Amino acid sequence: MIRVLVQPDAIDVTAEFDLHDAGGHGASASFIGRVRGDDGLTELFLEHHPAMTGAGLAALAHAAADRWKLSALTLIHRVGAMAPGDTIVLVLASSAHRAEALAASEFLIDRLKTDVMLWKRETFGDGRVGWVEEREGDQARAERWSL
Amino acid sequence: MLEIAYFSWVRERMGVAGEAVEVPADVADVAALLAWLGARDERGALAFAEPHRIRAAIDGAMMGPDAPLSGAREVALFPPVTGG
Repeated sequence: MIRVLVQPDAIDVTAEFDLHDAGGHGASASFIGRVRGDDGLTELFLEHHPAMTGAGLAALAHAAADRWKLSALTLIHRVGAMAPGDTIVLVLASSAHRAEALAASEFLIDRLKTDVMLWKRETFGDGRVGWVEEREGDQARAERWSL
Repeated sequence: MLEIAYFSWVRERMGVAGEAVEVPADVADVAALLAWLGARDERGALAFAEPHRIRAAIDGAMMGPDAPLSGAREVALFPPVTGG
């Protein structure tokens, strides 16, 4: 089962895991990305493309399912305004054994950061507002997965 | 007519989320489109002063600067993505 969502609502990690894990899997790996409140950050806004963001996530999910033998895959990204502590992204990957679940979840978060149309804007308590710049290390991590 | 959609600081600098434009016939690829938009007016000069910082998608597929515009319906222009 592949479940891919782009949503403005808070991600309910517990409910999503229960749904993902229904029936039980041998091995499940997860990645949870949360908003950090560094430097007095008060809001993180995620801009997205109405069609391409979801399509990009779905393409990555199917690439992972083609590459590893997965019994379930959940990939959810939140968009819009978020506060420190909020969950931005949830990746759940399950397989019969740990290696495939761990590799698939790492692949998904690495490639998501370079391939999917999403842009972060930070607002700080002192009034500063700015768009987050891409990190060079992210590109290198994503390229490790090239076939 | 070509639909152009802008995102992130490209959208902010252009002042609109998108527009339909009549592109001159000699503007044949993404790089030429960025140069044309950059020379068209002040907001374009602001948004496209550094074309190497701009990424493009044509009708939903990520494309490089050499990608031809012929047959394109929508071109999205944006900075490198920063999700996750």
